[in-house]
Parts: sequence; structure tokens; C-alpha cells
Amino acid sequence: MPILFRKILFISFLVLYPAFSRAELVIEITRGVEKAVPIAIVPFGWQGNTLHAPINLVAVIKANLSRSGVFKPLAETDMLAQPTDAKKVRYRNWQALGQDYLVIGQVSEVAGRYRIQFQLFDVYKREEILSYRLLVAEQELRRSAHHISDLVYEKLTGKKGVFSTHLAYITSTSVESNKKRYKLLVADVDGFNPKTIVSSFEPLMSPTWSPDGKQIAYVAFENRHSVIFIHTLATGKKLKVASFKGINGAPAFSPDGKRLAMTLSKDGSPDIYVLNLASGDLLKVTKSYGIDTEATWSPDGQFIVYTSNRGGKPQLYKISSRGGGSPRRITFDGDYNARGQLSADGKSLAMVHANRGDYRIAVMDMATGLMNVLTAGRFDESPSFSPNGDMILFASKNSARKGVLTAVSIDGRMQQNMGFDSGDVREPAWSP
Amino acid sequence: MRINKTIVVFIMSTAILSACSSTEEKDQSLLDSDIFTEETDTYQNEMDLSGEQIGLESGSESDPRFSDPTNPLSKKTIYFMYNSSQVQQEFIPVIAAHSQYFLDNPSERIILEGHADERGSREYNIALGEQRAKSILRMIKVQGVSNNQVEIVSYGEEKPASNGMGEVAWQLNRRVEIVYLGR
Repeated sequence: MPILFRKILFISFLVLYPAFSRAELVIEITRGVEKAVPIAIVPFGWQGNTLHAPINLVAVIKANLSRSGVFKPLAETDMLAQPTDAKKVRYRNWQALGQDYLVIGQVSEVAGRYRIQFQLFDVYKREEILSYRLLVAEQELRRSAHHISDLVYEKLTGKKGVFSTHLAYITSTSVESNKKRYKLLVADVDGFNPKTIVSSFEPLMSPTWSPDGKQIAYVAFENRHSVIFIHTLATGKKLKVASFKGINGAPAFSPDGKRLAMTLSKDGSPDIYVLNLASGDLLKVTKSYGIDTEATWSPDGQFIVYTSNRGGKPQLYKISSRGGGSPRRITFDGDYNARGQLSADGKSLAMVHANRGDYRIAVMDMATGLMNVLTAGRFDESPSFSPNGDMILFASKNSARKGVLTAVSIDGRMQQNMGFDSGDVREPAWSP
Repeated sequence: MRINKTIVVFIMSTAILSACSSTEEKDQSLLDSDIFTEETDTYQNEMDLSGEQIGLESGSESDPRFSDPTNPLSKKTIYFMYNSSQVQQEFIPVIAAHSQYFLDNPSERIILEGHADERGSREYNIALGEQRAKSILRMIKVQGVSNNQVEIVSYGEEKPASNGMGEVAWQLNRRVEIVYLGR
């Protein structure tokens, strides 16, 4: 029966959201930005043997830009004209509609490949500010739409777009009573093209990307023991890097990709260790009698921020990654601060923050120590920064107690839910 | 009109799908709440209940003491307070009974499975679950049980005993299960 319903759901998606017909993920903006920049993206012209281009590039670009929270694309039905050629652009029309920017383009089929040409205009300055041409294969069309979104985003905001990045995440689905199938998946950042990397009847946990985006480290359970694997995406090869007695958990690549921080309890209490991936040397970094876990690296690789309950309750501490240092406590607000993640520039620290029993995502400014609670859930966890540091993806539970992923802007003003159509989704990790 | 119908089907299918996918979870939480509204809400009852659910797995199966509810050996789950790995007084007789059984049956092997409730971060909960299992391990070792009879593993919040939400479910999930391995 569920399969039938899923089919119905799938068909209704096809009818209602042609642009999302292959998505496993539905994104819904729940908290928007008031000052989003108005931008008109005109349907691209099409020259080819079929009625339409194989995919609707403009729909993908519009979805990307509106999801960023920075832009507000104009509805096609509100457009006075739909030019596909720069000569036909009448700036006055777009000014009258209150648009700041305009994107037009054309797609044409050239010997089995596709030529995409697009231009970005500043409506008030009445000038072209970006012009681009790409020649791609059919299977690269979607990626091209992400690439165009990145180009437009970077041109207009000065920040790198993240539309070509990926997400790793864990799902669990009940297969029979008391049995679950756990999967580690990687999908495009808009939820398309989900690919199963690992599948297991035992829990999978803590996926994390290598800095070059080519590998994912994660935790699995084998014969009732936790183990850490590094999976190479291109080859599908997996390498077991830790299977000590006790906990093997919370892997985190150093920024140069040469070392892997992890939590091991082989000598007693859980401590942070750093494994040199080339030599296999293992360095013990923390030495408390309590719990030390969940390492995250500073961008220069010099120090590690981690969770410790050495003071009684879990709080975040900072220590040298070379060992031999003494830890310094860095969080003081709230009863519970754990699972820190430093942004790529090291300026912000995201964490799970609890006060009086509600677990939320907070960000601390590393320079001032000021804490900003971004979310309002009760079970928010696993924060992961976007590579440009603008957004944080995290896991929470919806009203039906299903695990869902949510993205929040670092100022907390924009929030969007990413709903999957099956299973519990959790532990998102945003690729570099 | 056609579009309207499609929308209705879409909304309905979404509703049915979400109902389907969460049926098991809801049933489970209903089950929990039913039990706890019918019975008195004491810790002892919760423990008895879970002890029955887990069942026996091994050579100890033939031993009638494990199925006698008045015998502490019938209890194989030790529960913990929030964010704590300290063994509560009421579970000491249970641990003592199992320890004595291991001493009497040196070929018997067990795994202590540590677990945590869903709140907080997952890796921290793995550590917490292990500390709980180690608390029990220390007590068992003090009684002279050999090292190679006992192993520990922590699943943190990954394998809850109850999928329900709220303190009743969380109490059931903050636990160490004594799992006898088959000979």
C-alpha cells in the first residue's frame, strides 16, 4: 500500500511541480527575508528538435535564488515581456515592475549537446553586468543551472554561491518491527540526485566531508562495535581507519585533509585523538576523566574545539591540536552546549545549545563570545555550515516526530524546511 | 476543475503518506501511553515491562530463574537519570544477581549495551551510553567477573526502546541492556 501512495504522491508532484518531478526533497521557506532583492529571470529561449529543453533551467535557477533568501524572483505571469535577446530588453518595463536585476538567456541544441547563453542586467544602470556561454551534455544541464545560479549570486552579492555543493545525510526507515535500514546518502544541495553511499541494518552516524569534497568519513557498527570508515566517492572504496576497543566516533578532517580528529575510548574515558592519515600515527589530544568528544578544527588546523563534561555539564572547550595543551572553556551561556562546528573562516561557532530542556542551534561569535540562538525547536541538532558561512543546516523533528532537515541563515532571519518523502532524515553535512 | 481535483489528490496522498510512514511510531507511543495510564506510574513497573519486551537470547534460556519475575535475574535493563551514568540504588540487586550468575557460569558471555534518550547531540549520547555501560561493568568486575566474559558497546540514542516522546519514553531509553550471547 505505501508504494501505491508514494506513486500517487509522485504523480501529483509531476503535475503540480514539473520542475521538482525528480526530487526526493521538498523545500519550504518558513521564515523569509523582508528585504530580498527583486530579480526577473525570463524563461530562456529554446532552439531544438523537441518542444521544450530537456530541463527547465530557469525553474532551477529561480528556486536556487529564492532559497538563498537573498533574492525574490518575479513571477512569470507578472512579466510584461519575455525577451530572450539583449536587443529586445526594454529597461523601462522592468523598472516599472520594481525589478533591480534581469536575467535572460537561450538554450540551443548543437549536435547532441546544449549551448546555454545568458546575460545579467542591472535594470537601473541600464547595463549588462554578466554574460556567459556554456556548451554542455544533457546530463550536465542541471549542474549548469546551479553554475549559473552561483555566477549570478556571486556577481550580485560578492559572496560565493553554494548551489553546486552537496549534502551528505543519514536516513533510517523501519523495515519490520525492531529492524531499521540506515543509509548514508549524498544529494545535490537542492535535494536532487540522492545517491546511497552506504546501507546497513546497524546505525550509521556522523558523516563528515574531507576538505576537497572527495571523501566522506562516517561511523558504522560492525558486530556490535563502532568503526570509522573513510569512503572515496569517485571509486566507492571504503577504508577502515579506526576500530579500537570502545568508542570510535565523531570523525573530523583537519583543514588540510591530512589528519582526522576522532573520539576514542580505548584507554578509558572518551578522549579526542588525531590520526595522521599518511603515517597512521595517533596522537591523544585531551586527557580528562569525563567525556571529551565532537572535535571541530580551526581553519589553520592549530586548535580543536570539542565537547567536554569535565565541568559537570557538557560545554565547549578549545585545545591545541598538537597535544600537550590545556583546555580552555569557551561557552558559558546555557546548561548544555555540544557538537560545535566552526565556520570555514573560523569566525563563527555553531552548536547545540540547551536551556531548560529545549535543544536549539546557536552561533557564537568567536571574537566577542556573544551567543545568538537561531532556532526555536525542541530537538534541534547537528548544525553544519554552508561553505560560504551564510547558512546553517541542522536536523530537527517535525510535528509528526519525523526527522527533517532545516536550513537557517546565520542571522536567523531566513529559515526553510527540507522535507523528504521517506524515513527519518538527520545528521546533515554540507560539502565544501 | 481538473487541477482542483489533482490538488485534492495531492493533498490527500500527502496526508495518507505521512500517516502511513509514521504509523509505527504512533502505535508505539500510543502503546507506551496506554500502558502508563493503565498501570501505576512507578519506576518499578516500567522496568518490569521492558524486561519482558527484551526477552532471553541465550544459554541462560533454560534457566527458570531468568523467567521468574520475582528473581532479580529476570531483569536485564538498568535505567538511568537524565545525563547521568550513576547506578541507582534499586538496580544494585539486579547487577549483583547477574554478577553471581557469571561467576557460577564462567562460559557465559554478555554484552552491556549502553543507550541514551534522544535529547542533545548524537555523539555525546554515544559517550554517555558508554559511561553508563562502564558503570555497570565496574560493579560486575568488583564482584570478580572475568574481563573476557563482558564486552560493552554504546548505541547512544540510535536504538531507542521506545519511540515515544516525553519523559516516560525517555526514561525507558536511558538504559543499559544486559545481553546474553548464545554459547
